[in-house]
Amino acid sequence: MSTLKLDLENYKELLQEYITTKDEQALYQAEQFSKHSMQQNISPEEIINVHIQSLQEIYPDMPEYIQTSMNFLLETMISYGLAYQEYQTLREKQLELKSEISVAANMQKTLLSTVKPDIDELDVGALSVPAKQMNGDYHHFVHDNKGGLGIAVADVIGKGVPAALCMSMIKYSMDSFSEMQTDPSVILGSLNRVVERNVDASMFITMFYGLYNNNNHTFTYASAGHEPGFYYHKDKDEFEEIDAPGLVLGVSPEITYTQYEKQVEKGDMIVLLTDGVTECRTGDRFIEQEEVLHVIKQYSHLPAQGIVDQVYKHFERLQDFHLRDDFTLIILRRNV
Amino acid sequence: MNLSIDVTKNDGVANVMLGGEVDAFTAPQLKETLLPLTKEQDVVEVNLQDVNYMDSTGLGVFISALKATKEHDSTLRLIHMQDRVYRLFKITGLTEIMNIDSTVQGGM
Repeated sequence: MSTLKLDLENYKELLQEYITTKDEQALYQAEQFSKHSMQQNISPEEIINVHIQSLQEIYPDMPEYIQTSMNFLLETMISYGLAYQEYQTLREKQLELKSEISVAANMQKTLLSTVKPDIDELDVGALSVPAKQMNGDYHHFVHDNKGGLGIAVADVIGKGVPAALCMSMIKYSMDSFSEMQTDPSVILGSLNRVVERNVDASMFITMFYGLYNNNNHTFTYASAGHEPGFYYHKDKDEFEEIDAPGLVLGVSPEITYTQYEKQVEKGDMIVLLTDGVTECRTGDRFIEQEEVLHVIKQYSHLPAQGIVDQVYKHFERLQDFHLRDDFTLIILRRNV
Repeated sequence: MNLSIDVTKNDGVANVMLGGEVDAFTAPQLKETLLPLTKEQDVVEVNLQDVNYMDSTGLGVFISALKATKEHDSTLRLIHMQDRVYRLFKITGLTEIMNIDSTVQGGM
C-alpha cells in the first residue's frame, strides 16, 4: 500500500501543478503515472478515487455537487475496471496457449521428421515450410527391402492444429503397414479407410504416393485427389502433368485407387508438390502452373535441393515473404 | 473478400445462390446455411456462377454437405461452376461422386 500512498502524493502534486501552470511536462508525467499504475495492476476506478482524494485535499471547500458527480463517475468506471482485469487474465492465458502450441509444433516436427534419402541413383531435393506454426503438409520417404524408395506427399484440408493432429495419425498408420506391401494403390486404399473412420466429415486429405524402383528405374504411383505433379523429360526438355485421377482420402470407404507406372530415363525429373505452391497468389493474381515450371527450368542446372530452395525463394518473394498456405516441394532426378 | 448467400425455397427445393469467395473465413458461414438445408429439403441446388475462388476448406463444406444428404436421403446439386473452381473438384476426384452440372461457365 505504501507505493500507492506515495503515488497519491505524487498525483496530487502533478494535478496541482497542471491546474496552476497548464504545463505539458505535467501531462507527460501523468502519462508515466498511468503506465506505472498499469504495471501495478491498478484499475481505472482506483485512479479516479485518487483523483477525488487529491481534489478534496487541494480544494477542501469543493462544492458538494462536484463531489457527488465524482462519485457518480467512480461507479460508472467500475465495469471498465472489471473488463481490464478480464483482459489481463486473457493475456496471461494467451501467453500460456502460445507456449503450449510451440511445444506441440516442436513435437510435431520430431514426430513427422523424415530423412532425405542419400542414394547414388537418385538426386533428391525436398522442402516443406508451414505458413503458420504447425504444418498441414506432410512428406515422407520410406526405404523398402527390395531396393525401392517410397515417397508420400500429403495435404490435410483444414489448417493449424486439427490438421497437424490428423497428419500424425496418417504417419502412424503408414508406419504400421507391412514393409512387404509397398504398392501405392494398396497404401492409399488402406489409408482411405483409416481416414474415413477417424476424421470429421468436413476434413479430408489429399495424398500422392510414389514408389521409385532403383533396380529398373520405374516410378509407380497413385494419387488420392492430390495436386498433380510434373514429369520432366530430359530428351525433349518438356514437362508433362502427372495425371492420376483418384478421390481424396476420407470421403468414401469403398474407393479403390488406380496405380500407374512410368519408365524414368537418365536426367528425367519427377516434381511433387502441394497446392501451397500452385495456389499462391500475389495480390489478386494467381500463380499459374506454367510459372512454377518456368522457375524450375530456370534452375534446372542446379542439384535437386538447389532447385527446390530457389523455387521457394522465388515464390516467397512474390508473396512478400508471407506464405498463405503450407508449401511443400519435392524433386527427384535420376542420376545414373 | 466476402461471400454472399441467398437462399430461396420452393416446394422441397432450395436454391442457394453464392457470390464471392469460399475460403477459410467464409466456409463456416456456408456450412451453417448448407447443412440444415440438406435435412429439411429434398433437393439442394447450389449455383456457383459468381464464385470466383474456392479453397480446400470450401471443398470440405461441400463434402460434409454430400455426406449429410446421404444421411437424410436428399440430393445435392452444384451448377454453373467457373473453370478455376471446377479444376479443384476435378483434381480431388469429387466430380466423379458429386452431381455437378457439366455446362461449366466459360467452357472447359
